[in-house]
Amino acid sequence: MKHTNHGDAVQKGVFGRLADFFDDRTGYRALMHEALYERVPGGARWRYVWGSTLVFAFMTQVITGLFLWASYSASAQTAWESVYYIQHEMAGGWLLRGIHHFMAQAMVVLLALHLLQVVIDGAYKAPREVNFWLGLILMMLVLGMALTGYLLPWDQKGYWATIVATNLAGIVPGIGPSLQQLVIGGSEYGHHTLTRFFALHAGFLPGALILMLVIHLSLFRKHGLHAKQPITKPDAMFWPDQVLRDAVAMLAVMAVVLGVILVPALRAMLAGEPVDVGHLGAELGAPADPSLPYAAARPEWYFLFLFQFLKVFEGWGATGEFLGAIVVPGLIMGVMFLMPIIGNWKLGHRFNVAFTLGIVAGAGLLTAMALNEDYYALWADKAALADAQKLYDETGGDEEKLAAALGGDKAKITAMEAKWEKLEKIRHSQAFLDASKQATLDAARAIELAGRPEKIPTAGMLELVRTDAKSQGPRLFAQHCASCHAYVDPQAAEAASVIAKASAANLHGFGSAAWMRGLLDPDQVAGPAYFGNTAHKDGDMVNFVQNELTDTDTWKKDDIEAVVVAMAAEAGLAGEKAAEPLVAKGRELIASDERCGSCHRFRDNGTDLGTACDLTGWGSREWLVGIIVDPTHERFYGDTNDRMPSFGKAPEGGLPRLTRAQIELIADWLRGEWYRPAVAAH
Amino acid sequence: MAEQHRPVAHPVDSRRSFLTEALAIVTGGLATLTPVAAGVWAFLDPLRRTKAAASYLPVTELAAIPDDGLPRQFPVIADRVDAWTGFAAEPIGAVYLRRAKGSDTVEALSATCPHAGCFVEMESTGKCFRCPCHNSEFTLDGGIVAPSPSPRPMDALECRVAENGGVEVRWQKFRAGVADKVEQ
Repeated sequence: MKHTNHGDAVQKGVFGRLADFFDDRTGYRALMHEALYERVPGGARWRYVWGSTLVFAFMTQVITGLFLWASYSASAQTAWESVYYIQHEMAGGWLLRGIHHFMAQAMVVLLALHLLQVVIDGAYKAPREVNFWLGLILMMLVLGMALTGYLLPWDQKGYWATIVATNLAGIVPGIGPSLQQLVIGGSEYGHHTLTRFFALHAGFLPGALILMLVIHLSLFRKHGLHAKQPITKPDAMFWPDQVLRDAVAMLAVMAVVLGVILVPALRAMLAGEPVDVGHLGAELGAPADPSLPYAAARPEWYFLFLFQFLKVFEGWGATGEFLGAIVVPGLIMGVMFLMPIIGNWKLGHRFNVAFTLGIVAGAGLLTAMALNEDYYALWADKAALADAQKLYDETGGDEEKLAAALGGDKAKITAMEAKWEKLEKIRHSQAFLDASKQATLDAARAIELAGRPEKIPTAGMLELVRTDAKSQGPRLFAQHCASCHAYVDPQAAEAASVIAKASAANLHGFGSAAWMRGLLDPDQVAGPAYFGNTAHKDGDMVNFVQNELTDTDTWKKDDIEAVVVAMAAEAGLAGEKAAEPLVAKGRELIASDERCGSCHRFRDNGTDLGTACDLTGWGSREWLVGIIVDPTHERFYGDTNDRMPSFGKAPEGGLPRLTRAQIELIADWLRGEWYRPAVAAH
Repeated sequence: MAEQHRPVAHPVDSRRSFLTEALAIVTGGLATLTPVAAGVWAFLDPLRRTKAAASYLPVTELAAIPDDGLPRQFPVIADRVDAWTGFAAEPIGAVYLRRAKGSDTVEALSATCPHAGCFVEMESTGKCFRCPCHNSEFTLDGGIVAPSPSPRPMDALECRVAENGGVEVRWQKFRAGVADKVEQ
């Protein structure tokens, strides 16, 4: 104990006396001295900074985490929403979240470096065994916080990664299923999965971590720094030389994290593009949707090796998963815990170093394998596989047909099969890349929708996404319409082949003047983009367009154009404009019983329904919904309906194929009607 | 600090001292354990929540499943409760349905991967199912394409066709990662 000399008090100023007052009652000077005047054998060195950078990284996480907590709301209907608000609407939210996100990754890297150094330097040996074990526990706590934090934004990637992680917990023998149920807060993922993960992430785990860290640091002080031999310089105190080195290292870590966040902004600025700070830092995916497949599901990069490791046990069945997810990682941790004891043996230290380096190399290799599988299509030489692809398409991938095609030549067959394997790898990789691209689009759309002036509805973001024509239209169309109809811009490069394969009209631009112009074109009406691949190919309309519309005495070019624009005016698509007199003229022609009106009902022209479609409001939302609900209605195709199901008509006591809301989404999507931000942000 | 210099009573009666020690530990322990017990009790709540028995849910109608033997994906819509929130008619998962040429019986497979619970999708070639997470592949009838990380084939669900042509599936979830099909 240092004693304050009270006799000096007279000469001291106010601050000095105040300091004395507190030191008398707390002994803080001694504490500060204890903290700063730790003996560093051989003086300050850069190689001693790693532990400090880890403490710094953890403190950064505590600080940024607490501030994130001040704006985060853990529930299935508010988690994504509050994270969106932090990231895209709060001033500085992107920076706060970006630091938290990337410092977490930096922490995992620093942890690996710290562990490597401790093992290589033999710092785990007596008397520091307990501190080494504490370090391993700290490592697991950090990884646990990384795992739990990944779910908190409640976006697609976090959601699906958590499903895999918690299902793996479920295979622990005996307690697995109960453990899983406790962690996810029930049998389904939802509110309580989030509240529990959040409590783990921000309460239990950091609480345990702080406790362990305090013991870890006090034991570190008790044993002193494990100095790297040989010591050539005289010992020095921790303050200020080593503190300065530590501080420089901390700042460097922070600079790297800031760099990762800010480099995209710098790039954009250099390219003269506007910078949207909401897109800097941590990514936010589309909101979690249990009913929407997420083929881009991957864990955070530092867990990729574990993810890939599960694939190693292909064909091992349940044993493989048990080995890959539980036994092998458990054994590795077990060996690490035994390292201080193994280290006592003659070759023990060498074994420990080799083992640790082996694990790091293995993890690195598995990570590289995982990345190679996912991104293979980007660097695979597809040109060299063109012949294999051709043969694959011809034989349908059938190995017997392949053998026949190659005349039974064994060498050739083996070579071709190797190429087919590469093709499969490309397909799988492409599927991942496409899914990632789709995920980016979905995320961007969700963020765009969340930014509407009306804000997010009470039901949450998922509700908004599920009622968004732009996101749902293509999915519903693909599932229910695309088996017959094409939807492709006729100007697009691949349009011709897509349209030729479809067995019903191309609905891209349906309701526009351009679409109608094609229908009334004798060269196109019986083509695959219109009635060519349907039963109407030889119908009255095709006959009319090909034989009567070509009669230039009755149908002047202007007449046809008038009909075209009048029809487009019925649909009233956004962006379609026509001169009012021309539209009026077209309406007259359509209604006239000597023209279109001889078959078609149009407004009050009195033509009977049942012979041809009612053209009143053709292509409008109401008209489109009507024809999808029931094309066999006399307003539409009636008895002449060709294959199109009545999607909105329910069999007695049953369900319709599509709900009214789904049909409206398809109609809105076909008409290009969905929310668009009023003005671009910049 | 005068109080530091006052003598400390030495325990004379070791039996009494033991009693005091034991009592101190038990009393303090009881006081501390009370909040812990209350916390753990509430935390264990999910364990006592038993799932409602699986029921048949209407999924689609027979005519919506082409009789070409190829599986089609359908969402499963049902009311759902998530802790305090009730959701009406929400997509809660997906099934693949298929039927053979001219057949009126429908086979149903859960779209949830039996390996780790990801969403199994049709391969782009349409020849097999494939899970995008760990590459488990399954034949169109759900069988394992060896070698596979998955311990069992895709989970078949009970499926029936009502008289009005409505297709109903008994919606069940099974434990992932084990060889046997055990309901979750």
